[in-house]
Amino acid sequence: MTLKNTDVLLDAKNIGHRFFDKHILSDVGISVCQQQIVTLIGPNGAGKSTIVRIMLGLLQPENGSVWRKPGLRIGYMPQKMEINPALPIDVNGFLYLGVDQGRNRIFGKRQRVLDEVGAGRLGKHQMSSLSGGEMQRVLLARALLRDPDILVLDEPAGGVDVTGQADFYALITAIRDRRKVGVLMVSHDLHLVMASTDKVVCLNGHVCCAGSPEQVKSDPSFQALFGSEIANNITIYHHHHDHKHDPGLEKNQE
Amino acid sequence: MDDFLIKAIIAGVGVAIVAAPTGCFLVWRRMAYFGDTMAHSALSGIALGYILGLAPMIGVFAVSVIIAVFLSALQKRKTVTSDTLLGIFSHGALAIGILAITFMEGRRFDIMATLFGDILAVNNTDITILYSGGALILLSLIYFWRRLLSFTVNEELAFVEGVPVTFTNLLLLIMLAMVVAIAMKIVGVLLVTSLMIIPAASIRRFSRTPEQMALFATIAGIVSVLSGISLSFQIDTPPGPTIAVSALVLFVIGQALPSKN
Repeated sequence: MTLKNTDVLLDAKNIGHRFFDKHILSDVGISVCQQQIVTLIGPNGAGKSTIVRIMLGLLQPENGSVWRKPGLRIGYMPQKMEINPALPIDVNGFLYLGVDQGRNRIFGKRQRVLDEVGAGRLGKHQMSSLSGGEMQRVLLARALLRDPDILVLDEPAGGVDVTGQADFYALITAIRDRRKVGVLMVSHDLHLVMASTDKVVCLNGHVCCAGSPEQVKSDPSFQALFGSEIANNITIYHHHHDHKHDPGLEKNQE
Repeated sequence: MDDFLIKAIIAGVGVAIVAAPTGCFLVWRRMAYFGDTMAHSALSGIALGYILGLAPMIGVFAVSVIIAVFLSALQKRKTVTSDTLLGIFSHGALAIGILAITFMEGRRFDIMATLFGDILAVNNTDITILYSGGALILLSLIYFWRRLLSFTVNEELAFVEGVPVTFTNLLLLIMLAMVVAIAMKIVGVLLVTSLMIIPAASIRRFSRTPEQMALFATIAGIVSVLSGISLSFQIDTPPGPTIAVSALVLFVIGQALPSKN
C-alpha cells in the first residue's frame, strides 16, 4: 500500500504502452501535486503526448494505472486546434462549449477569464481568424473557465515566437500562483521552460531523469540525450518585461 | 391548389426543416461523403425491409445506422484512409442495393422513385411519420446541442471536459440515419445529402454563430423545396432533381452576393 499524499492530483504509475509492435512507453511514472508545475521534455517520438493522453484518460495504457484525486477537474489545452472554417463560431461561443452552466450564469466570468489570459478583446472574434498566439490564450481561457484543479497543456507554445512563448510561460506561472493549480505540460523549448517549472521529467520511452531544472541539467542521462553541448549551454531564461504589450491588439505571428 | 401539391409542400418543408440543421453537422464535421454513403445504403435498406416484411423506412433506418456505426469503427483503425473507405462503401452499398431490388421485380417496385424521390405521391401516413420523426430529431438536436457542438469542434477536448463522446457520436449517426430514412421519399437516395449540405454551405458566409447557420440553412432549405416544387409543377420536371437544382442555384447566388464577413 502506498499512502496517497493529499496534495497529489494526478499520479501515473508503471505505465507501459505500445503502438503495434513498437514500445512507446515502458515503466513510466509521473505525478503532479497541487501548485506544482511539472514539465515533460524529451526528443521527438519520446512518448510525451502519449503519456499525457494516457493521464487524461484519452488512451488506455497496456500496463500501469493512473490515479486521479476524486472529483479532480482537469483543464486541458490540446496541442492543436483546427477550427473548420465552415463552422462559424466566435471566441465567446467557443468558451461556452466547455462549461455546463447556462450562458447567462457565466457571462461575467467569461470576460474575467479572457482578461486573465490577456485575450479580453477577442470575445467577438471568429475562432478561425485567430493567430497562433491568440488561439493559445483562448484555449487556456476555455480550460480556466472550468475552475480546474490541474491544467494539462500539450506543447502549449507551439507555433508562437520566442517572446510570445516566454510571455506564455510567465502567464502559466502567474496562474499557478493565483489559482493554486497543478500544471502538467509538454514542451521542447528547453531554455524557456526551465525558468518556469518546479519539476522536469525527461522522457525517452522511459523516464531518463527527473527533478528540479538544476538537477536535471547536470544529470548525465540528460546530457546524453540532448548532447552535453546543448545541456551545458542552457541558461535558464528569465524573461523580463521592459515594456507593456496589449495582447488583445498584438498579433503573435508565427 | 391540388391536394397532392399541398401534401408535397407540407412534406418538402418538413424534410427541409430537419435536413438543413443536421446537414450543418455534416458540413462542420467534413462528413459530406459519409452522409452520401449512408444515403446510398438506403437501397439495401429498402430491400431488407421487403425481405423482413417491414416498412421500407424502418429498413433504411436500420441499415443506415449499421453502416454508419461500422464505418466510424473502421475509420478509427486507420489502415485505409477515410476517403477510400467511404468510396468503397458508398458505391458498394449502392450496387448491392440495386442488385437486391432487381430480385424483387415482381413487387411493383419503382426504382426511379427510390433514386430520385416521389414527392407528389406522398400520402397522409408519410406526412405523419415524417413530422413525428422530424420532431424527435429536432428535439434531440436542441437538447444535445452543446454536446454535439463541443464534440464537433474537438473530440478530445470534449472528452476531457466530460462529454460522453461515444454516445454523442452514436446520437449524431442515428439522427443522420433518421433524416436519410424520412427524406428518401422526397428527394430520393441519390439526392438526400443535397438537401443537407447545399443549404448549409450556401449560407455559411452570412452566419456568425453555429445557431445562426443552422437557422439560415433551414430557411434556405425551405426556399429550395418551395421553389423546386413550384418549378417542377410549372415546367413538368421530376420534383426531386428540381429541388436539388434549386438548392444549387441558391448556393451560386449566395456565393455571388456581397457579405459582411
